[in-house]
Amino acid sequence: MTGSVLYEAPGPRARRRARHASVVTALLLLGALGWVIHRFAAEGELAYEKWGALIDPTNENFGPLWTLLGGGLANTLLAAGWAILLSLVIGTVLALTRITAAAWYRWAVVGVIELLRGTPVVVLIFFSAQALPALGLNVSLMWALVIGLTAYNCVIIAEIVRAGITALPLGQSEAAYAVGMRRHRVLLHVLLPQAFRAMLPALISQLVVVLKDTSLGVTISYAEFVQRGEIAIENLDNQIQVYLALGVVFILINYTLSRIAVHTERILSRGRSAAREPESAAATGD
Amino acid sequence: MQVLIANHGAYLSGIATTLWLCLYSGVLTLVVGTVIAGFRVSPLTPLRAFGTAWVTVFRNCPLVVVLFFMAFALPVLGLNASYFVFGTVGLALYTSAFVCEAIRSGINSVPAGQAEAARSIGLGFTQTLGLVILPQAVRSIIPPLGSVLIAMIKNSAIAGAFGVGGDLYMTGTRLSSAQGEAVVPVLIGVALGYLIITIPAGLLLGYVERKVAIAR
Repeated sequence: MTGSVLYEAPGPRARRRARHASVVTALLLLGALGWVIHRFAAEGELAYEKWGALIDPTNENFGPLWTLLGGGLANTLLAAGWAILLSLVIGTVLALTRITAAAWYRWAVVGVIELLRGTPVVVLIFFSAQALPALGLNVSLMWALVIGLTAYNCVIIAEIVRAGITALPLGQSEAAYAVGMRRHRVLLHVLLPQAFRAMLPALISQLVVVLKDTSLGVTISYAEFVQRGEIAIENLDNQIQVYLALGVVFILINYTLSRIAVHTERILSRGRSAAREPESAAATGD
Repeated sequence: MQVLIANHGAYLSGIATTLWLCLYSGVLTLVVGTVIAGFRVSPLTPLRAFGTAWVTVFRNCPLVVVLFFMAFALPVLGLNASYFVFGTVGLALYTSAFVCEAIRSGINSVPAGQAEAARSIGLGFTQTLGLVILPQAVRSIIPPLGSVLIAMIKNSAIAGAFGVGGDLYMTGTRLSSAQGEAVVPVLIGVALGYLIITIPAGLLLGYVERKVAIAR
């Protein structure tokens, strides 16, 4: 059901009224925006000294600033890439373990999944940065971040994979057993490939979550995008402008990824009357 | 484990602060999220555009950046407040985008025939939405909304890291870095504190989900 079903196709009078109401709300929204801009201008937040380094290529600080931020963004993408890759591998293994586990140890697998899922990711990141060295494992800050992110996301991916497998029609595994395949071959050669295909959109959406959570590297001072932004702020004293720029870059990247996820979903559902889509964790702001 | 017993007062007050933070944020985010969801299905184009922009911004921007930006930008607009208020409002605004999408997908799950029938007996937009669609949508909204709120409880740790003093996360970091307690048991205590909140919340959600589930 789309929004347009909620109201009649308007007649001439309703159209006129809607046009008037639209103009009024648009003016109100623009007025609010204007007031915000006015306040920013009054506080000197629109001054060239605050913005020049961010948007003016001829500014002396433009090059160094964006080299600094670009390096941070590269570190962010690197950590996010490792985290999603490791989460995918470990998550798949966890899901298969949970599905094939004998009853006497399945509770342990479920327990690990529930424990990691119920703990905030920032706690897991802090934990891996502080506790691993305390336990005698010296890892670099990036790997501490990657391990924390992986610990949190692998169980989410495990649940996505499990949902993908259980959503497949029963006939798939029955047919595979009927032609004489063993259980591991049924899982690896028949069920997993189909599950991955159905899960692709959910997995891409999870990438958005991982990318956003990588910014928590700032709490352990890993040199990622936000932490580099803070260094820039120390030198340029333009908090609002830098955080705005960081936000815009994050939104551009993540919005593109979300569009790709939606597009993939559309392509995948074109061929078949898609099996029930596993719910994406990205929809909860995890 | 002695750390946990010796500092159980700090842990309990940490849990209490986290719960208060989540309670205020939760109420605020439900209100804002519902309003934005109303915007997104409204007949007025500017409101729809505003709703879409709101959701795009808050869904794709990391919470850390939202919180930092608010803490610096809001004072410029003449809104000075404590970190607790900034943390609460930031968390609520961030979560409202997900609340909005949960509500909107719930509205979309009600068959189109319901709205058509309501319209054909002469109900207007507000009546169709308020009397016919929303009461039915609530059932399919509750499960995703519950997951959103549980995610918000976990995200409150980020608001804690950002400077809302005395919540569970900050209690843990204070005990380990300032008072030099062994870091592993302290952090296990913090994780346990969150699990005491999130696991029962998850079980409750599962129970409610089974109660309101409908075959459609």
